[in-house]
Amino acid sequence: MKKVPVQFTLNGEDKAEFVESGATLLKALREKIGDTSVKAGCQQGTCGSCAVIVDGELRLSCLTLAERCDGAAIETTGGLAHGEVLHPLQRAFNEGFATQCGFCTPGMIMAAKALLDGNPQPSREDVVEAISGNICRCTGYEPIIQAILAAARANSLSAA
Amino acid sequence: MGLGLKTFPTLAAAGEALAASATARYLGGGTLVVRSANEGDVRFDTYVTASEQALTDITVADGRATIGAGVTMARIVREPALGFLAPVAKAVGGAAIRNMATVGGNLFAPVPYGDFAVALLALDANLDIDGQPVAASTFLAGRDTTHARALVRSVSFALPVDGTFKFAKASRIRPKGVSVVTIAAVVEERAGTISSARIAYGCMADRPIRAPAVEMALVGKARTAEGIAAALAVATEGTTPPTDAIASAWYRSEVLPVHLKRLLLSA
Ligand SMILES: Cc1cc2nc3c(=O)[nH]c(=O)nc-3n(C[C@H](O)[C@H](O)[C@H](O)COP(=O)(O)OP(=O)(O)OC[C@H]3O[C@@H](n4cnc5c(N)ncnc54)[C@H](O)[C@@H]3O)c2cc1C
Repeated sequence: MKKVPVQFTLNGEDKAEFVESGATLLKALREKIGDTSVKAGCQQGTCGSCAVIVDGELRLSCLTLAERCDGAAIETTGGLAHGEVLHPLQRAFNEGFATQCGFCTPGMIMAAKALLDGNPQPSREDVVEAISGNICRCTGYEPIIQAILAAARANSLSAA
Repeated sequence: MGLGLKTFPTLAAAGEALAASATARYLGGGTLVVRSANEGDVRFDTYVTASEQALTDITVADGRATIGAGVTMARIVREPALGFLAPVAKAVGGAAIRNMATVGGNLFAPVPYGDFAVALLALDANLDIDGQPVAASTFLAGRDTTHARALVRSVSFALPVDGTFKFAKASRIRPKGVSVVTIAAVVEERAGTISSARIAYGCMADRPIRAPAVEMALVGKARTAEGIAAALAVATEGTTPPTDAIASAWYRSEVLPVHLKRLLLSA
């Protein structure tokens, strides 16, 4: 299969790779770039564990072709922490037991980040809506919803 | 197996590429096509797409809306001039799906999908196929035959009078889920009686359909419980609902009149 060059920024860093034409962004990120924070779940768009942010919009990397992200800015959970310092969402998930097996967590956190980036003070309904494309089989969702609301509160306190 | 992607500057060029290869598939947002490839569908080996500007344009002028086939559900939610369609676009998938799912792809989406297409049917939309207007109802009827390889550039429709467009999607998962039944309606009233009605169903056949018996039974009646009773009695006429993991055909037929009644009587 023909290889095509793709360039994008991943968590602010320039990346350039040759990918197979038609390869998914999920495959490119995990197998070419080595960002395994993006999880390969159902690969049918149903579970949300592969969710990443592309040019500010939440996308499913399993259904997005890498070539279509040429020139884009891609954000994944792998780029959220600064050294030892966790992102407020990561901290809130950790402190609120919003992670159990952890497989859905990167997708959940990216869905939550996309929400908070556009709506820093969401209502509970906004949060439920924002994570409605992400499946968690462990927590029953409530700790996740509470963690996202807690991260929003922490953000507003630090902004004050 | 890897698949190639070919991007053309115009939809016409993409059409030629599709015509030249039976194993090429047009790619909109990819939520269904790429999923098929991931599931091992070997009937196609090439994605074909186009970057033509008209595919992503939205124009609302002189009482008509034209929406490029490549416009996503998320764009529609954000478009103030299409506020009445926001609940429809919001009913499609979760946030990530809405950022990818296009209007064009929704027209081809198999049951239980196609919620946006149901709204387009009720709006009596026209599709631009090769520069020719094709009624949404004609297109949907020939979706697997005459129009199976047709490329849709845009959809257009007359903006409904304020408050006449109604939409409901019943699903089993809250807040989001695949449809048990989807209903869209444009009901106009004059002097207390219904002067015209267009009713479209999703998940009551293998594709979105109109409900002509209901439409006929509504005209000339008051939009009250008594007025719509005759229409509800023929709600399932002409339907052939599927049985799938979401609901049985029997269940769909039982709940359709209930949701239709609620929708018709809603403010
Ligand atoms: C998890 C999940 C949840 C979903 N939930 C819903 C839902 O709630 N409601 C709903 O309606 N749908 C739903 N869908 C289905 C799908 O996302 C939508 O129907 C969407 O609008 C399809 O558009 P697309 O651009 O992604 O299509 P694509 O996958 O790109 O294409 C689908 C089909 O349409 C053809 N096509 C696309 N654009 C054109 C064009 N311009 N001209 C001619 N042919 C074209 C393609 O060749 C292909 O055959 C869901 C899908 C997933 C994976």
